[in-house]
Amino acid sequence: MFTNIPVSAMIGLFFTALYFIAAIFAPFLAPYGMAEVVGDVWEPSSANHLLGTDNIGRDLLTRMIYGGRTTIFIATAATILSFVTGSVLGFLAAVLGGWADQVLSRLVDLLMSIPSLILALVVLAVLPVTVTTLILVMGLLDSTRVFRLSRAVAVDINVMDYVEAAKLRGEKRGWIIFREILPNALSPLVAEMGLRFIFMVLFISTLSFLGLGVQPPLADWGGIVKENKDGIVYGIGAALYPAIAIATLAISVNLVADWILNRTTSLKGGRG
Amino acid sequence: MHPILKLVLQRIALGILLLFAASAMIFGLTEALPGDAAQAVLGQGATEEALANLRREMGLDQPAITRYFQWLGGIVQGDLGTSITNRLDIATSISNRLGNTLFLAFWAAVFSVPLAIFLGLLAVRYQNRWPDKVISGATLATISIPEFLIGYVLVYFIAVQLGWFAPLALISDSMSLGQKLHAIALPVIVLTMVVLAHMMRMTRAAILNVMQSAYIETAELKGLSTFNVIRKHAFPNAIAPIVTVVMLNLAYLVVGVVVVEVVFVYPGMGQYLVDAVVKRDVPVVLACGVIFAGIYISLNLIADLVSILANPRLRHPK
Repeated sequence: MFTNIPVSAMIGLFFTALYFIAAIFAPFLAPYGMAEVVGDVWEPSSANHLLGTDNIGRDLLTRMIYGGRTTIFIATAATILSFVTGSVLGFLAAVLGGWADQVLSRLVDLLMSIPSLILALVVLAVLPVTVTTLILVMGLLDSTRVFRLSRAVAVDINVMDYVEAAKLRGEKRGWIIFREILPNALSPLVAEMGLRFIFMVLFISTLSFLGLGVQPPLADWGGIVKENKDGIVYGIGAALYPAIAIATLAISVNLVADWILNRTTSLKGGRG
Repeated sequence: MHPILKLVLQRIALGILLLFAASAMIFGLTEALPGDAAQAVLGQGATEEALANLRREMGLDQPAITRYFQWLGGIVQGDLGTSITNRLDIATSISNRLGNTLFLAFWAAVFSVPLAIFLGLLAVRYQNRWPDKVISGATLATISIPEFLIGYVLVYFIAVQLGWFAPLALISDSMSLGQKLHAIALPVIVLTMVVLAHMMRMTRAAILNVMQSAYIETAELKGLSTFNVIRKHAFPNAIAPIVTVVMLNLAYLVVGVVVVEVVFVYPGMGQYLVDAVVKRDVPVVLACGVIFAGIYISLNLIADLVSILANPRLRHPK
């Protein structure tokens, strides 16, 4: 199976795996404590501090490893939430039809009529900013896109002969959704998952960069950019490392998602 | 009534309805969620009596529906309320900043739109050859890169190392147009790069879609050069989708501008909104949210209308 992976997907897989492993084993890999002050402000990189130190003298490599852990955890949790909510509601709307479909679809239209960053900012102005609220807000706002996709796919599948047959043998809605529609809708949804994950990484990083995401002393990549951005003017590039980490993670996941999309479509004879 | 006029009026009515629904949603979200504006102003240590007084003063003792219509009525008359934190009139604070934001977005659009259409055409002309591949690769990269990375990389190398521009985009009314443009050069470049990729890729897709039509094949078979096929036959037919693409991306600029303004400490709407969210100044957040939503919905509406008007089948009904 690994013989015909294209180079771009290999690079993508390598970096994605690297970041995920670093995130999972952060406490074992990080050379210092997460919020431990170990040196001077913005020390250049040295043998002790491979990436130097940050704006209050913490080891930047340690912050980056823990930051990746937070960013990846929040993005993963929000992606899962967005997929579960979006696809279940999308399938329900397609199977039920009628007014339930109308209500859900118009609600989604309304939510999507405002940019999700703006909507998230409005909500975060009144909610306490914790990791849980961030995951909930991001996941639910993003589930609108998953809803549209899964509804569109399920509407197509719902009129297939095998679904008709299942309905005629008297299967319940739960069976129709989970045993008939879900397996056949999986491949477009999986391909979408990569894109949603990237969007979540960029979303949480943007919120943290604006100071409205993960709160200090907890580290996340967007937050590390914010903490160190003042150094840029003095020619200190500490803020660039986490920003580059975000970009490489996003690009790698994109490359993997592209490959999976191509693979699944070619397996199914061109139709996603 | 002329059918096209009817269609246009229908769309406009739908847009206005959506705008009302969106304002109700924004207001409702800040209402339904836990948290109390009076508590936010006075802090946790406030006495019950002081809280009750302030609530009455702010009108918080009235039902949410009444307050929504009062708020909406105010907006229609240009009264956006007063800020909780500094007690200033929001409309006055916003008018200046809105101008600054639109100034920034305008110049970003002036550069990005022609460039994106030109590069999109180039990608179609050299489809599957190296210019197309370079353009696709750059698109993938810019979609995955956060706006603030592009911003800080430019600040780091162009402003700090080379010293061509100031790292912060500070502008004031007393500056001449040339000085202002010099001050906003870096944010404009960042915004251009952010929307360019999307716009280029969608332009390319729109033209490629047209290129598959039968009349393009005819044009090719009668011996026109590829460039002339695109210029005379494909481009005019792709105008409607391209205008839609441009409008959608201008709407995207509205969001991109929030982050870019914070990067360059630019005195615009985005910075104002983010500051208000940090300070939990709900009236300001509501006002900014509604204005952003209004701009976004209007641009989408314009995209819709242009695609209706550009369709000859709708313009000349049988």
